Order: sequence, then structure tokens, then C-alpha cells
Amino acid sequence: MIHDTPLDRILIRSAGTLLALLWIVPLAYAVWAAIHPPAFEARFDLTAPLTLANFTSAWDQAPFARYFLNTILLVAIILGTQLVLCTLAAFAFARLEFPGKSLLFALILMQMLVMPDILLVENYRTMRSLGLVDTILAIGLPYFASGFAIFLLRQTFMTIPKELDEAARIEGCSLLGVLWRVYVPLGKPAMLAFGLVSVSHHWNNFLWPLIITNSVETRPLTVGLSIFATTDSGTSWAVINAATLMTSAPLLLGFFLFQRQFVQSFMRAGIK
Amino acid sequence: MIKREWIYAWALLLPAFVFLITFTHLPAVQTLLNSFWTTPKGRRASVFTGLGNYEQMLTDPIFIKAMVNSAIYAAITIPASIVLALVMALLVHRSFRGVGLMRMSFFTPTVLPLIAVANIWLFFYAPGFGLIDQIRLFFGLPSANYAGQPDTALYSVAIVAIWKEAGFFMIFFLAALQTVPQTLREAAAIEGCSRWTFFRRVTLPLIMPTTLFVSVNAVINAFRLVDHVFVMTKGGPDNASMLLLYYIYETGFRFWDTAYAAALTVVLIAILGVVGIGQFFIADKRVHYK
Repeated sequence: MIHDTPLDRILIRSAGTLLALLWIVPLAYAVWAAIHPPAFEARFDLTAPLTLANFTSAWDQAPFARYFLNTILLVAIILGTQLVLCTLAAFAFARLEFPGKSLLFALILMQMLVMPDILLVENYRTMRSLGLVDTILAIGLPYFASGFAIFLLRQTFMTIPKELDEAARIEGCSLLGVLWRVYVPLGKPAMLAFGLVSVSHHWNNFLWPLIITNSVETRPLTVGLSIFATTDSGTSWAVINAATLMTSAPLLLGFFLFQRQFVQSFMRAGIK
Repeated sequence: MIKREWIYAWALLLPAFVFLITFTHLPAVQTLLNSFWTTPKGRRASVFTGLGNYEQMLTDPIFIKAMVNSAIYAAITIPASIVLALVMALLVHRSFRGVGLMRMSFFTPTVLPLIAVANIWLFFYAPGFGLIDQIRLFFGLPSANYAGQPDTALYSVAIVAIWKEAGFFMIFFLAALQTVPQTLREAAAIEGCSRWTFFRRVTLPLIMPTTLFVSVNAVINAFRLVDHVFVMTKGGPDNASMLLLYYIYETGFRFWDTAYAAALTVVLIAILGVVGIGQFFIADKRVHYK
């Protein structure tokens, strides 16, 4: 090697281009169908008229505005609670010594393998006994204490030099003061990374919300979309594709604007 | 003597653990216990049945079908998405014009909701006007309903998972490739080592920890990601694309056989547990760490 010869370069770039095109085709096809009249959904004619009618008709046929609101509320509630609860817990694991530390930490790690997504039947029973079935709160509750967030923040907090919090203690900071003034500001990049992952995870989550919700007032976008797309009311593919793109649009837009942060967040979140 | 520090620590942990225990550990234990009982029906209360639910599985053709399907699904999606991810990473691990667009094309499916992805692919597969069928018709082949035929339903669902995951795994390989030292490349060049030998003898061993990490994720996802099945096939036709988690959903929430669903969940947790323990041991022995 291991320097690319011109031929290597051509081969690598054409292979990459080919694979990249192949990868984007399904999405491009959906976009094509969504921005053209239904008559053109399977006819490739570059002169076909462009239209936004599919989007407006999807918007009118189902309460997407409400679904958007529900999803935004949901991801905001989940992320807010996660950040508070998990910062507190991560701080305890990173800086304090106490009996039961390794056992409790093992319980945290366990949640990363057996996620609440799998314990559907029991969690449904719990929600029913709490009287919370069909509420936005119930969709979020199982995810509030994220073992993954605690783990990620603990790793970050452990890299912060102890001298900093000793200095803050001498200045008269309480334990929570140290957390708030030293650890939270320095942990912000990790929190941002976790935030992006959490928001996209819960924006996309489907199975648990499907089970626990059964009304327009609580359903998030994913569940609303699945109901909209499977009603056999003869909704055209063009409209379904428009609805599909619409529900993914905020995330896609965010991704295109902050591509680097997204990729780095997902990576950081993965490498534990 | 209880120290002040202990009290602080426990107080800081308490809120998180209330939620953690209530929605993860207790339900997991409860699931195991319930799997030894029968589902209460009408006025008939739940009775202890020991391993009854597990015995039922052995003679339940849908369960066996779901397990076989899950195994096939895992056997396809795991290696395919990992190999593709590595290929993608090798292709875009350099800088030239357009490489950013390539990475974006590979990574975009990761950001999309799986349920939206399912709609997009369902349209892609649709008989008559889906792109695949249009290509078939162009070559004079008969129309085919990939997601709706028993012999192809499972594979069409698997392809969607590969499409969604490969780009996600790619970013880990990209990060790992950055860590292969430049000096090794130079040494290999002086030794006149071929590209393939370098990849096999140097790159591959060095990125082994990443491969292991990605594999564990791929295995977990193979059993956890079933959203697209809801839109594309509903486990059908004739259970052809029935997967374990989808079967748990059907048993628990369509037939309300909660005890049997609990036993099925135990099977799923056991599979994930084996993966976790396996990761722990393999990570210690077989993998080359720097």
C-alpha cells in the first residue's frame, strides 16, 4: 500500500458512488412520489409537475398537528427528566464512595441489555394500576432513568480533575453546588451528545407508545403515521409518502444542518 | 457508622433508582414469576403451572416458526450489516470531493424512524408500481409482491433492517480506522505488503474491538427492532415473517395471553443475557486491545 494509485482511486470512488446511490434510492423514490401528483407516482417524467398537494392532503386527513405536539411534548419530558435524574446519579457514581456502589452500578448496566422496550406486558400492567394508560406520561415513564445516560455521564464526570471540586469546596460550595458549578458545565458536550441520541430515539420509538396509547390526544407521530398508512381507505401512495416524509422531516432537517454533531453524538453514545 | 457521604450518595441515586427498579428490574422479575402461572380467564383465577408455559412452547408451531425466523433474520442481518458497514467505512475513510455526500447517504437511514422507513420500503416493494417491480416488468418478468409472499416476506423485512443499520455501524468503523497508526502503513509499504494483506493482518486485528462492539449491537437489534414488521407484513403471510418480539406483542396484546407472553419474554431476555455474558468473556480473551 499503501498509497492509492490513480486506478485505485477511480475504483474506490466509483464503488463508493454506486453504493451511495443504491443506498439513497428508496428515500429518493419516496420523495419523488411525495412531490408529484399521484398520476406520476410510478412514472419517471422529468417534466412532471411539482406539487405540495400530497402534503396538505395528508395534513388534512389525519390529526398530524396533534401528533406533532404529542411527540414534541414526549421527547421534551423524557429528555428533561433524564438529564436531571441521570446527572444526579452519575455524579454519585463518579465522585462518592458508599456501600453498595458496585451492586447498584451493575443494576444500571443490566438495564442497557434488558431495556424497558422488551418488558411490555408487565409495564402495561404497572401503568394500568397507576391509572396512567393512554397518557403521554406513561409513554415516557419507563425511560426516565436511562442506564445508558448514567453510564455516559459517569464516564465524563470521572475525567474531571478532582482538584476542581476541592477548590470549589474550599470556596464554600455545597456538594450540589459543586455538581451545578463544576460538573454540569464541563459535562455539557456529553449531555448534548446524549440529548441528540435520546431525542431521535424517542421521536422514532414505536412499539411501547403503540401499546400504551389509544387516542389522538396521546399518540405520538410514529403511531399516528402507522395508523394513517395502514387504513385501507384507498389513500394514495403519494399521500402516504408525503406523510412519512413529514413525520421524519424535523429529524432529517436537524441531521442535515448539524451532520457532524449528529454523527459524533451517535458515535460517542455507542463507544461506551 | 453511617457517613454523611453515604447519605448524600444514596439521596442522589434514589430518584433514578425508583424509576429504574419500577420499570426495569421489578417487571423483569415479575415476568419470570408470571411465566410459571396461567393467564387468569374470566372467573378462573391464575394457577401455578410450573413449566407449563414453557412446555406449551415446544408444541406451539408459531413459536417454533418465530424462533426459526428470528434465527434466519439474525443470521442475515448481523453479518450483512457489519460487512457492509466495514465496506462503507473503507470507501469513505479518505478525503475527496463528494465523500461527505456519500457518508450522508449511508447515514441518513439511521436518523429516520423505523416505522417511516417501513412505509418507504413498502412502496419500494409494492407490486405493480414499486421501483423493484418496475425493473422486473421492464425486463419482462412477472410482477412480484415481495413483502406479501411467504417465501420472500422475511427477506424483504431483513433487507430493510440492513439498510437502516449499516450506516450506523459504519461510523464506529470510521472512528476505528482513524486509530490505525500511519507508521504501520509506511512500514507495510516498505515491506511491499499488498493492500489485502495489510487489511487482513493489520487493519482487521486492530479494529477487532469495534467489530465485537458492533456485533453485540447487531445481535441485540436483530431481536429488538421489529417496528417495520408492523407496517410491512404483520408477521405474515402465514407467520412467514413472525419474529420473537412481534409474537410477544401478539400474544400479550392481541390475544391477551399474558402468562404465555411472559414466558416468551423470558426466552428473549435469556437470549439477550447470553449475548451480554458472551460479550464479557470474548472481550477478555479473543480480542486484541491496544
